Amino acid sequence: MYFEKIVEIIANHLALDEEKVKQLTPESSMKEMKIDSLDIVEIIMKIEDEFEIEIPDDKLKEFQNLGDIAKYIQQIKES
Amino acid sequence: MPRRVVVTGMGCVTPFGNGWQTLWDNLLAGRSAVSEITSFDTSSFRTKIAAEIKNFEIDTLIPRQIYRKFDRFSQFAAAAAKLALLDSGIEPADFDRARFGVSLGNGFGGINTALLQTETLQERGEKRVSPFCIPMMLSSSAASDISMLFGLNGASETVSTACASSSDAIGLAFNRIRCGMADFMLCGGSEAAINPLILAGFSSMKALSEKNGKPQEACRPFDSERDGFVIGEGAAMLLLEPLESAKARKAAIYAELIGYGAANDAFHLTQPDPNGLGLERALKAALADAEIEPRDVGCINAHGTGTTANDRVEAVAVRSVFGDLAERIPVTANKSMTGHLLGAAGALEAVASVATLLHDEIPPIINLKNPDPECRLNFVANVSKKAPVETVVSESSGFGGHNSVLIFKKFKG
Repeated sequence: MYFEKIVEIIANHLALDEEKVKQLTPESSMKEMKIDSLDIVEIIMKIEDEFEIEIPDDKLKEFQNLGDIAKYIQQIKES
Repeated sequence: MPRRVVVTGMGCVTPFGNGWQTLWDNLLAGRSAVSEITSFDTSSFRTKIAAEIKNFEIDTLIPRQIYRKFDRFSQFAAAAAKLALLDSGIEPADFDRARFGVSLGNGFGGINTALLQTETLQERGEKRVSPFCIPMMLSSSAASDISMLFGLNGASETVSTACASSSDAIGLAFNRIRCGMADFMLCGGSEAAINPLILAGFSSMKALSEKNGKPQEACRPFDSERDGFVIGEGAAMLLLEPLESAKARKAAIYAELIGYGAANDAFHLTQPDPNGLGLERALKAALADAEIEPRDVGCINAHGTGTTANDRVEAVAVRSVFGDLAERIPVTANKSMTGHLLGAAGALEAVASVATLLHDEIPPIINLKNPDPECRLNFVANVSKKAPVETVVSESSGFGGHNSVLIFKKFKG
């Protein structure tokens, strides 16, 4: 469920077409989605709001793909 | 040897819709785009009208994934630039892109972004201010967005001289090409400043019309009943290139840009010099630059905002420069119909001036029922006028005493 919500936030932020959204998997990387250093900051803000969590800035570099973000959120929410 | 510079493409985003032909048809028909403001609640405002772009069609021109990172003023600019490129038939990749530049005028930059992010900062704190806040609110963002969008590596400059901004932007682009510093310039202006702060600010200066009851009759340049200007929004861009290049690629040449002059009143924060000396100097400088005499001028596209001060001073300056000829030279102005596009006004009026040369028809100043005796000029009042026109002078003035004049000439191959 974290993954689906993340996809929704990113699709909304990047204004992705429905076709593109369907192709996203936990392995989809930031690079291939053309998420740049500004995008990731704004996406993380939206994720923080959605899940009512705080993600430290130094974690941003560690998120290589969508699965990384989902796993991190799960870890915080379920610990 | 300075190069001759011609206009070979035009693109507009105006309250009438997209495209310069749409603007031109509406100007000739004498239609006003002014109506009640719908983008925010004006119930506590003295002025409740503007010339808004109500349904901006951008998706056919710029991909959403790209324009979502542009402030509204930059979206207008990018769409107008795209339309100008399409109109010119130029594909930048076919040319040396290091010699293809952008020159763009605006007054308020990304003010919508600034207001939105200020609200976020106050309500939600520092950590919720968008990383796009700065790149979107920079007044230079529209020029750099256009450069990036079309891969233009030449000079990308932003000119801000209040309501003369886009005339100066075109003038600077003209000089870049003329002296060989660039081969192509997309130039013009953009403004998107119809928001509560700007409306309140201009109202506070008593600069705006308060004729809310009849929006289409509110803006009355040179009329005795005028009570201020009406804010408009949009963008207009011209594609300039050397005459030789236009001929080589067999381009449709709309007009030649032959002169540019600028001067400052150095008089007051907002009031124009009562003797019109700044505008007089700019007019004389542009005529000298174009190497023509006042008698060679076939039409004047006045700044004509509809404020008491501007219109009277503009008439004084025109009479000083043109003397008795001022009784004969037709004078038009576009703001009674388009509203005042502020930093984009000069570019919109440059487009109207070029279209006047192309079609030998002068659009009217509407709502001009009783010309103010203090503004005596040969106005094209209320209905358009067919007349052969060889040369158009386009005037722009702005708060802070900025004056800028462009002169366009009919091109004969």
